[in-house]
Amino acid sequence: MSRPKVLARICTALRVDPLDTARQRAVAARLAGPVRHVVPARCRQEKPQLARQFEGFLGAQGADVIKVGEPGEIPGAILSYLRDCAVPLAVRKGSDPYLAALPWTTAPGLAVQSGAARPSDTAGLSRAVAGVAETGTLVLASDPHNPATLALMPETHLVVVDSETIVGSYEEAQRRLEAELGPGVLPRMLNFISGPSRTGDIGGRLVMGAHGPRRLAVLIVATE
Amino acid sequence: MRQHLSAFEAGAGAALADPRLQRALTDVSGGFAAARERAVAALPEFAALRDIARDIKDHTLANLDLYLEEFERNATAAGTSVHWASTARDACDIVLEICRAADARLITKSKSMVSEEIGLNARLKAAALEVVETDLGEYLIQIRGEQPSHIIAPAIHLGTDDIADDFRRRHRDLPGERALSQPEDLVAEARGVLRPKMLKADVGITGANFLVAATGSAIVVTNEGNADLTMSLPKVHIVLTSIEKVVPTLVDAFALLRLLARSATGQELTAYTTLITGARRPEDGDGPQACHVVLLDNGRSELLGSDLREVLRCIRCGACMNDCPVYGAVGGHAYRSVYPGPLGAVLTPALTGTAEAAELAEASTFCGRCEQVCPVEIPLVSLMRRWREASFAHDAAWRQRALLRIWAFVAQHPRAYHLAARIGVGVLAWLARGRGIVRALPFANRWTRHRDLPAPQGQTFQRQWARRPGDEPS
Repeated sequence: MSRPKVLARICTALRVDPLDTARQRAVAARLAGPVRHVVPARCRQEKPQLARQFEGFLGAQGADVIKVGEPGEIPGAILSYLRDCAVPLAVRKGSDPYLAALPWTTAPGLAVQSGAARPSDTAGLSRAVAGVAETGTLVLASDPHNPATLALMPETHLVVVDSETIVGSYEEAQRRLEAELGPGVLPRMLNFISGPSRTGDIGGRLVMGAHGPRRLAVLIVATE
Repeated sequence: MRQHLSAFEAGAGAALADPRLQRALTDVSGGFAAARERAVAALPEFAALRDIARDIKDHTLANLDLYLEEFERNATAAGTSVHWASTARDACDIVLEICRAADARLITKSKSMVSEEIGLNARLKAAALEVVETDLGEYLIQIRGEQPSHIIAPAIHLGTDDIADDFRRRHRDLPGERALSQPEDLVAEARGVLRPKMLKADVGITGANFLVAATGSAIVVTNEGNADLTMSLPKVHIVLTSIEKVVPTLVDAFALLRLLARSATGQELTAYTTLITGARRPEDGDGPQACHVVLLDNGRSELLGSDLREVLRCIRCGACMNDCPVYGAVGGHAYRSVYPGPLGAVLTPALTGTAEAAELAEASTFCGRCEQVCPVEIPLVSLMRRWREASFAHDAAWRQRALLRIWAFVAQHPRAYHLAARIGVGVLAWLARGRGIVRALPFANRWTRHRDLPAPQGQTFQRQWARRPGDEPS
């Protein structure tokens, strides 16, 4: 049984008494927080600057940014993006209410399916709980309505981000998530995605689509 | 005692004579270092974050028992099974047992340095399990039967045509005439070959870059997304990691994540940074049915009580390698250890528990560049010096000790120093025979074999100083 052995060795190494309550209290206080560290100044800007920075980083990291004026335009924007990429006009999404409520009939010819990703899927659609302007990062939370595999298996990944959810820092994204899920609650899988899948392992040249999506399209909904 | 150093020397000799490796080291390792510079310059808070990262790690290490227990409590509450492994053998046993219980035959893995450290693949293969590495670089070296040559770019020593040849040999069911000249062709082929393995695998093994005590989560970063698929598709996910990876809260992890990718590849953040908390939840449409975390000690708790404790701050970014002049010249294979470069020189002898590897600390110029780029401010030079002191105190180092004692005596006695210097300078001048350079030096021909020694012009500095024109009596 390794557990007591490892813990005892750690306490011996640290020269501490495992039952020392002062230490336990100090650690409990540190965990209870709030913990604040330096957050880069680039996270603290006005909303429009944050949105521009978010788009700028995403573009630099190899994502395609598509801006739409209202949610109703999303199905049409997806259809024309897939057409431009010359890939099958089909997409699979979760049962996320936001995505389910979109007017899919306005995009005739686009095959829309629901559920977790399957090996034959060519495009997956997700809704981000937040966009982080700090580094151009999408935050995706798995749940029964948002299967994580949609972001991983298909060659094309489409993500809807409401401009209202674009925040400065990772910490703010976490606070948004807690507002949605409850304090201290984490989804099973929380994905911070900052561009399509890539590798530099062959000849040192950057190639997209190593295992995950080859292309990442970010649909930013900016309601005026 | 000298065996490991001569192994290093042999490896270094081969590396220096390998033009492809030399080019790769300049391009890739040098490219990472330049990209790191740019990323650091773009984040004015980088220096402040290094101090914070150091403090977070030091605080966690000083309370490691309590944070591990907290992690265990929260991970267990999230449905994860937490296992403790005292030794490499224990960790292999635990992983093997989980695979057996799951009736596993095929196992996929994303990159894990801990798994290299414990020799997991060999152990699983011996148990007749098929193990497939999914990180592209790791897959390449797996099919070639090699070791990683860099902790974040394991196959930098390979060229595109080497890989094309390997793929033609290995992937026999694909058409022989296919085009494989471009990296894009090779990446697409690897994707096509590995995806079915990922879908068919019974168990997926990943490492962890951080463990979050407050939430019981593991954080894994990749650029390929292979770790995400490896942990999502099989029915069992095993996180194989070590005890020093724990941090108190998510906010602490964010501070460290701001340093990790920038220090490693110069990216703002890796393409995929994933927090995983437990297994598939009721009503989830995907995800593994079971999630295990294996916490490996393997010598780390001893390090915690030693004067090398600071090395446990390491977040495995590889910056100390990318910026090291010795690593840059010989690459990772020469170190003959899982962890190469300055970090490896400090960590390897501690983990292997042998004095042999202590001589890796000799493979340094002590220029201190590694300390300057380390995102958690590990005093790598001081720590390497401790290993040098330890190997110097060893019985076998009597020659070194005798020479240094003679040097100490001479340095403290000016007359002896003058005499010795005059003899030395005279002998060197005689050896140069007026050519200004010494081509071969008795007792030091290993040095002069590769370079010439500029010869002194016949007089010691002290004598010239005493005779400088201004001092001559007029």
